[in-house]
Amino acid sequence: MIKRFLMLEWKSFFRSASFGKSLGIKIFMGFLSLYFIAMFLGMGVLLFPGLKKMYPEQDPLIIVNSLLFYWILFDLVFRFFFQKLPVMSVKPLLTLPLKRSKVVNYVLGKSAFSFFNFLPLFAIVPFGITLIYHDYPLVNVLIWMLALVVVVLIINFLNFIIESFSSEKELSFLPIIVIAGGFYALNHFNIISFNKIIGNAFDTLYNQPLLITAPIMLLVLCYLFNFKILRQKLFLDSGLKTKIKEVNASNLEWTKNFGDIAPFMQLDLKLIWRNKRTKSSVWMLAIGLLYGLFFYPQPTYQNLPWFFVFIGVFSTGIFLINFGQFIPAWDSGYYKLLMSQNIKYEQYLKSKFTLMAVSVLILFVLGIPYVFFGWKILLAHFAAAIYNVGVNTHVILYGGSFNRKKIDLSQKAAFNYQGTGAVQWLIGIPLLLLPMGLFAACYFLVGFEIACLVLMILGIIGIVLHQKLMKFITQKYLDSKYKMIDAFNQNN
Amino acid sequence: MITTSNLTKKYSGNQVLKIDSLDIPKGQSFGLVGNNGAGKTTYFSLLLDLIQPTTGFIKNNGVQVDKSEDWKPFTSAFIDESFLIGYLTPEEYFYFIGELRGQNKADVDSLVAKFEDFFHGEIIGQKKYLRDLSKGNQKKAGIVAALIGNPEVIILDEPFANLDPTTQIRLKSIVKELAQKQGVTVLISSHDLMHVTDVCERIVVLDKGEVVKDLETSAATLKELEAHFAN
Repeated sequence: MIKRFLMLEWKSFFRSASFGKSLGIKIFMGFLSLYFIAMFLGMGVLLFPGLKKMYPEQDPLIIVNSLLFYWILFDLVFRFFFQKLPVMSVKPLLTLPLKRSKVVNYVLGKSAFSFFNFLPLFAIVPFGITLIYHDYPLVNVLIWMLALVVVVLIINFLNFIIESFSSEKELSFLPIIVIAGGFYALNHFNIISFNKIIGNAFDTLYNQPLLITAPIMLLVLCYLFNFKILRQKLFLDSGLKTKIKEVNASNLEWTKNFGDIAPFMQLDLKLIWRNKRTKSSVWMLAIGLLYGLFFYPQPTYQNLPWFFVFIGVFSTGIFLINFGQFIPAWDSGYYKLLMSQNIKYEQYLKSKFTLMAVSVLILFVLGIPYVFFGWKILLAHFAAAIYNVGVNTHVILYGGSFNRKKIDLSQKAAFNYQGTGAVQWLIGIPLLLLPMGLFAACYFLVGFEIACLVLMILGIIGIVLHQKLMKFITQKYLDSKYKMIDAFNQNN
Repeated sequence: MITTSNLTKKYSGNQVLKIDSLDIPKGQSFGLVGNNGAGKTTYFSLLLDLIQPTTGFIKNNGVQVDKSEDWKPFTSAFIDESFLIGYLTPEEYFYFIGELRGQNKADVDSLVAKFEDFFHGEIIGQKKYLRDLSKGNQKKAGIVAALIGNPEVIILDEPFANLDPTTQIRLKSIVKELAQKQGVTVLISSHDLMHVTDVCERIVVLDKGEVVKDLETSAATLKELEAHFAN
């Protein structure tokens, strides 16, 4: 039976319409995984000698054990955002003579083979081998390694339990952030020191190999609980039918101020607010806005003024990048309607432009408090904002005319690569790297103020040429009309 | 109103549509029938300039559709669910279409009010998004949206499929009234021979992309069509 399931998935993978097209993404993901594997492998090999060198009088194993708490916490949060329970289209299977439990076991079993579970092995195994090499007792080390593998699997299944409880709600990521943050804070301020508790637990386990039964029991419990949840969901009316929410409509009359683009503005605002995927990109705004706080408080970055402009472009342009890169794929679901309606393409695009330009201004204003870290930062952000409005908006709209990927609006956003093609990666170069490179060059050749001025002038040129640029971009969209309709019509 | 000349559509060498000449006069209710793959939707898509013809052209009221966009103000269509905007309520959708077609809210409201019995109280004021409506109700909303803004040409692909019997009967009377009283050219495709002979003055049968029959609807038409498709 499992063989048949695997066959089905093999076919759905290779026969999907987007298989050839998304090869670029797969290659990118491949490189990313290789990178992570290399990182973990390096960590596993260097951990023992490194710790020995830094803390010669302490046992590296005990240090590692005392750090396990942070790893577990981080892994849990990370997985929540990036790992999804493997999906299988169960609908056609429900009416076939198949035991439901078999389907559930298969789905859960498959999740154990996730890349996320293999990754830690690349660190655990070399570290364990070094331990054995340094004359640690063989059996104890092996049991210790096994315990870590079991913990990885517990995290794997625990994540699905958490997800299944929070997935239904708005802002589903808040509970996990609050709980993980709470644990971290409790530990950090020594109220309950989890790292000691967990460290001690693993120390004891290392000394008393029979205790391995405890984590295994926990794993079995997690699995059974998952099994219970999933089995309940394996009915058409619970898992597959979505809840219907009541609409609270607002009429958005104020958009009338924008003149003839008002209907499209209303449509775009509703698009953003009423769909899961776009809505989560609104929450990205907060991340983008606070992005500077990762860097500016550190003195190292204070002395890198050419770096300010990167933060500036990013934090004032986060909406522009997030929303803009999928124009016009946001409307792919009803693109045929738009193309057969009595609309002016230019108005359609202008609405998107206005939305992006306004977002840049708002984000700049909200980012003014960064002046606390120095007026240079504010100046760089201001230059970046003008550059965003004048240049990046047009660049991203132009890039959109190469967009050939449909987007299903009801899907979540994090790590959702649907609708992403090579264009989205390539467009990042002119969007972020070009202004940064230009700024850095001017900064080193002439000076900070001149570098800001250059970006501003470029932005102003873009704003002045707006009408002409829009005409050109509109023509590009018209030229690829049939190709887009055809591409958006295909399901993957 | 609509003239088709030497129209062909090929996909990688495969001919899916070949219509040498087809004239549809103003105010005619025109039915297109044919088995799956006969080219009905292809023809409608060409008419709406959603795909490019391989050769030939279609003129809608004198405007060649793949050269100019001037046919859009007086033409409307409902082909499939991809003509709906799922995250709008039906009312918002009607207003949006109305705005694109130069109608204010009051115009739209008064038009939609005429279809109250067609909607059967399941569409207006339900506080539901279009994506959450049933297939049949989605279709109703789409069809009514295609009537907004006094179009002179209305294209409906398979309008009877997915509708309940009551609504099918109501839809038939709506279409008849549009063609006879208001002089609207209505193009309909259908698999249901009975409905199509009820509604349309003229029926064209497509087979593998070519016109094989062109009939004025009469009492004998249904029999003739049935005989054709039985073979």
